[in-house]
Amino acid sequence: MPGITIDKNYCKGCELCVQVCPQQIISMSKEITVRGYFFAQVHDPSRCIGCRICAIMCPDVAIEVHSNGLVYSLFDY
Amino acid sequence: MTRNNRTIFERPEALYDVVTHYCPGCTHGVIHRLVAEAIDELGVREKTLGVAPVGCAVFVYNYIKTDFLEAPHGRAPALATGFKRLRPDMIVFTYQGDGDLASIGTAEIIHAANRGEKFTTIFVNNSIYGMTGGQMAPTTLPGQVATTCPMGRDVSLVGYPIRMAEMLATLKTPAYIERVASHTPRHIVHAKRAIKKAFTYQLEGKCFSLVEVLSTCPTNWGLTPAEATKWTEENAIPYFPLGLYKQPDEMESD
Amino acid sequence: MARILMKGNEAIAEAALRAGAKHYFCYPITPQSEVAEYLARRIPEVGGVFLQGESEVAVGNMLFGAAATGKRVFTTSSSPGISLMQEAISYMAGAHLPAVIINIMRGGPGLGGILPAQSDYFQATKGGGHGDYRVLVLAPSTIQEAVDLTMLSFHLADKYRNPVSLIGDGMIGQMMEPVEFPEKYEEPELPPKDWAATGCKDRMPYIIKSLFLDPVALEKNSHLLQEKYERMKEEEVRFELYNVSSKIKILLIAYGTMARICQTVIDELKDDGVQVGLFRPISLFPFPEKQILKEVSRKNVEAVLTIEMSMGQMLEDVERAIFGAKPVHFYGRTGGVVPSPDEVKKQIHKLLSTDQGSRPRKRKA
Repeated sequence: MPGITIDKNYCKGCELCVQVCPQQIISMSKEITVRGYFFAQVHDPSRCIGCRICAIMCPDVAIEVHSNGLVYSLFDY
Repeated sequence: MTRNNRTIFERPEALYDVVTHYCPGCTHGVIHRLVAEAIDELGVREKTLGVAPVGCAVFVYNYIKTDFLEAPHGRAPALATGFKRLRPDMIVFTYQGDGDLASIGTAEIIHAANRGEKFTTIFVNNSIYGMTGGQMAPTTLPGQVATTCPMGRDVSLVGYPIRMAEMLATLKTPAYIERVASHTPRHIVHAKRAIKKAFTYQLEGKCFSLVEVLSTCPTNWGLTPAEATKWTEENAIPYFPLGLYKQPDEMESD
Repeated sequence: MARILMKGNEAIAEAALRAGAKHYFCYPITPQSEVAEYLARRIPEVGGVFLQGESEVAVGNMLFGAAATGKRVFTTSSSPGISLMQEAISYMAGAHLPAVIINIMRGGPGLGGILPAQSDYFQATKGGGHGDYRVLVLAPSTIQEAVDLTMLSFHLADKYRNPVSLIGDGMIGQMMEPVEFPEKYEEPELPPKDWAATGCKDRMPYIIKSLFLDPVALEKNSHLLQEKYERMKEEEVRFELYNVSSKIKILLIAYGTMARICQTVIDELKDDGVQVGLFRPISLFPFPEKQILKEVSRKNVEAVLTIEMSMGQMLEDVERAIFGAKPVHFYGRTGGVVPSPDEVKKQIHKLLSTDQGSRPRKRKA
């Protein structure tokens, strides 16, 4: 099942991933990190399609994407 | 989520594993990653030299894991010229902002391009001076507010923003010049292709290559990252049209 | 190697090649464009890089980039061009990069003139750019010495990893004199340039830079530079004495072409039974302070006459070196006017006759 991990120590709460996720499954946390940022997190991991769009958009390379086979390659990157 | 399955997107090796100093939503971070990915995919990290500008990206050498020189403001193309001419076997790139390249460094970039220096320039255009706190740049749009044009850029006083890609494309010496953007995933995917193409032209020793990347500056534009994305779409791109402006194998038809 | 008659500019160019400096960046400016014209033909023969930049600003920065490869690199220019390179020189000093910058001086300030002058002394020796840094400065007075000091400059630049400047006036560049080149420049062993940017294979990346936002780190970098300059003061002071003895009452201090004119004057005065000595600094930084004080402290020396092709710049270093031990007098022509031997002789006779020797130099109101 595809999925992403967001390293909240890298996330600066810019929310760009939230708006670009085609599945709209990313949202901002309620609490802040030690740096003082709300961080992005996946609120519905089961609907992640591993398309990598959030990771491509992230200016801080905070997102890693994994998949065990089924990979939506809408584009080559 | 155990990590036993395949990783299909991760930090490129050529990007240090550190948090950057860039503001939240600033797409310098994206562009750094694209350069690092291009370097990794072409397998040139260990024979690459970067030349850092003066501006927000002066700390690019803390983020991209190659040898680096730090240039005086605007002079990166001259340093790159001097280095590349002595070491044509190495991959040399400059990473510059619009204040660095389009303002104080115009002569350096024009003449490096005109001599056909075989290095690659990543020109990040966010229409403002970032590091120094939001002053007007040669690429600040008409009417756009900046700390040194608080009533908005008055073209009757300071002229129109400079379109560097178009200007450099008028030079006769063969070059690869493209303008891309970095504010949406679609644009980023295309930007990566252009950046990788630029480095490839250099690897083949073909020509000078420059990729102008429109970038956001939420802090100094006074917008949230999401609004900054929209601003780029509605204001920057209409004035700075994206596209391929010059490529070396065009048959010179004069 | 046979002696050949050569113009200063071309001799300097050939000397650089003999020192293994095959990479040269330039911009045309009178009175030294012949260096570039000569090297445009010669460098391709030795497989180096010759490049004319769009300005001296660019050339100075090309030098920075080229120096970072660890190879010997240099540029030549003249006064106004050297002004444009000051930023790059400051950066090279701050980044510990070796390079040789040769200034064939012309009259200034501003566009000034194109005839010989020495009015860039301050710019060369007091650091023409910003920050706590110095440049090692050598001043030849003959074409042969220009050849020898040019080669030495590359050795010293590498030894100290610091820009080195050779300054001669337009005459040094334009005169023709017989010179001799060694087959190969013999120089003491130097450590390998493992600091050069050669690609980070099997090592962490190098960053050649001068930015230190942390003030303590920047201060530390300035201390590293200062250590070099102290060592230069210990090991690199060079000067020449001419006719200095217990018989002289007046000691002339002059460098470069001006010193040669003084030597002519000293020889002619000897025939008139007048003994005058000359102290000729060769290294302008490090300035031969102790050595000047030693010679000036001779009991028989009553006064010092500093002569320059400027309004008096080395004069300040001479006064600082002597520190009032003896009166210091000055005579100078500038703007491209070169003092004739007779003019200098007249100054000396004036000093000797009115016995101004005893009264210290009065500053004109």
